[in-house]
Amino acid sequence: MTADIYPKNAHRISAMRSHIRRIFFRGSTKPPILSLAFLAVIIVTAIGSQAISPYDPNALNLANNFQPPFWDEAGSFHHPLGTDNLGRDILSRIMAGTRVTVVVTFYAIIFSGGIGALLGMVAGYFGGWTDTIIMRLVDIQLSIPALALALVLAAVLGSGLSTVIIVIVVTYWSWYARIIRGEILSIKGRDYIALAKVAGCGPVIIFWRHLLPNILNILLVLASLQIGQVIIFEASLSFLGLGIQMPDVSWGLMLSDARGYMGNAWWAITMPGIAIMLTCLSANIMGDWLRDIFDPKRNQL
Amino acid sequence: MLEFVLRRILHSAVSIVGVSIVIFTISRMSGDPLLLLLPMDAPSEVIAAKRIQLGLDRPYVIQYFTFAKNALLGDFGFSYRWNVPALQLVLERLPATIELACAAMVFSLSVAIPFGVFSAVHRGSWFDRFGKVFAMLGQAMPNFWIGLIAIMVFAVGLKWLPAFGRGTLAHLVLPAIALGWYPVAAMTRIIRSGMLDVLDAEYIRMGRAVGAPEWILIWKYAFRNAAIPLVTVLGVYFAASLGGAFVVETVFAWPGLGRTVVEAVFSRDFPVVQAGVLVIAFLFVVTNMIVDISYGLIDPRIRHDR
Repeated sequence: MTADIYPKNAHRISAMRSHIRRIFFRGSTKPPILSLAFLAVIIVTAIGSQAISPYDPNALNLANNFQPPFWDEAGSFHHPLGTDNLGRDILSRIMAGTRVTVVVTFYAIIFSGGIGALLGMVAGYFGGWTDTIIMRLVDIQLSIPALALALVLAAVLGSGLSTVIIVIVVTYWSWYARIIRGEILSIKGRDYIALAKVAGCGPVIIFWRHLLPNILNILLVLASLQIGQVIIFEASLSFLGLGIQMPDVSWGLMLSDARGYMGNAWWAITMPGIAIMLTCLSANIMGDWLRDIFDPKRNQL
Repeated sequence: MLEFVLRRILHSAVSIVGVSIVIFTISRMSGDPLLLLLPMDAPSEVIAAKRIQLGLDRPYVIQYFTFAKNALLGDFGFSYRWNVPALQLVLERLPATIELACAAMVFSLSVAIPFGVFSAVHRGSWFDRFGKVFAMLGQAMPNFWIGLIAIMVFAVGLKWLPAFGRGTLAHLVLPAIALGWYPVAAMTRIIRSGMLDVLDAEYIRMGRAVGAPEWILIWKYAFRNAAIPLVTVLGVYFAASLGGAFVVETVFAWPGLGRTVVEAVFSRDFPVVQAGVLVIAFLFVVTNMIVDISYGLIDPRIRHDR
């Protein structure tokens, strides 16, 4: 009978539970529930924005422009965060902007982290000329201010979603490469790498089975700390007019629009900024938390 | 020491050459510059003649060397739009950018120093906790949004300060706050941790035992030592604020280098973009080089490490 109550893999489940518990409650670092919840809301909004948004983000309604948010006397719950100069619903536009933000952040981090980590691993593991060339590239990359490079690239590629992602990847890979290289340098001298080589493992297997699992934690921390920067970077590019273009909606673009009539509608320039701020804040808090868990000794990542 | 300095200068030179290759390559990728220079309906023999005149028919590598040689001589070509030498245009705008970056630095320091010292002295107090929240908020806000909100409140609403342009000291206040906001958080943290290290030191406890007033202990003895790490990162933040100038200058219509480059990007004025970005990268590299060399001067271990 006990077999029914305790499933066969009970020990595995309990091991996994304790592992999860360790991740979430290791030492004194409690998970930042509020930030994680907010990020979850952001992701759900991004996925379902078309279904749950109250209005079409681009629907014009000139009769209804400059509606203040609901807590203002003149405002109403029809447009909880008010409307802009063309009568577009600001809440719906922020929700549509969430989608762009999440898409850009996701791809930018996957590609810059992937390329940067791979080059960092190659540089650290092989050393010699490969290392010199890759690290020289990193130095060159780091000696151009990120936005300057972005401007040159945007001038050439034209603006748009894919440009924004390319620009961010080109800007941030070096950051991953440098840190991962340092990490690999400290790992590659260990015995198990030498033993794997003796056992006849090629570089691919060593990378995949022995190096990658050891840098995954750091990669995760780096990526989560990068989220806020990517969001602000995208907003800056779109604000300058070099990023997301109409009819797509982005928070930075909303701010750039609202700049023209800030005297008439304080909410139009405040709300998208608050969206940026809360999202970055939550992401940064999550990043700090992950760093405390995985990397308690070095607070420099 | 001399070897360290020379090696560091060589590194910087390699970086700048690399930057110039990157910028040259990217702007050549953008298509034929002749299409921008000549009218759309120019006859083909005119185009061919112009191509030979500008050397665009030669191999890419030769073209780069011509570009690099001219750049070293300060010749980036003429601005397509303003018809003046690109470098001249860029250098005319540079003082405004440096002025703004310095003002931003002054703002950051004048907020970060009292905040950092105070929250270290009263560790764990409500002020310390508030400072932490404030710092986290500061790093989550884009500088152009801070600028926009500042314009809305102080220029449009209260009409205390001008919103656009350059001229009086009052024009400098809002852009400096917007640009200087971000480093405040990091600087406060550096000062705070530096102060915490120092406040437990023997000589502070000794001073306290002798009966020296607390404010003299804090400002004269502790802060001076806590400020050393701050001095070493100042250069890094200065260089970073040169990069941040692109957006902030656009928000405040500040007639600096950043805004000039942004406008040049829109009008596809490539000589100005190239000159502007190279000048900013040059300043960036040189500032970082000076920072590194001064590290080496302060801490001999770094000299031998590389």
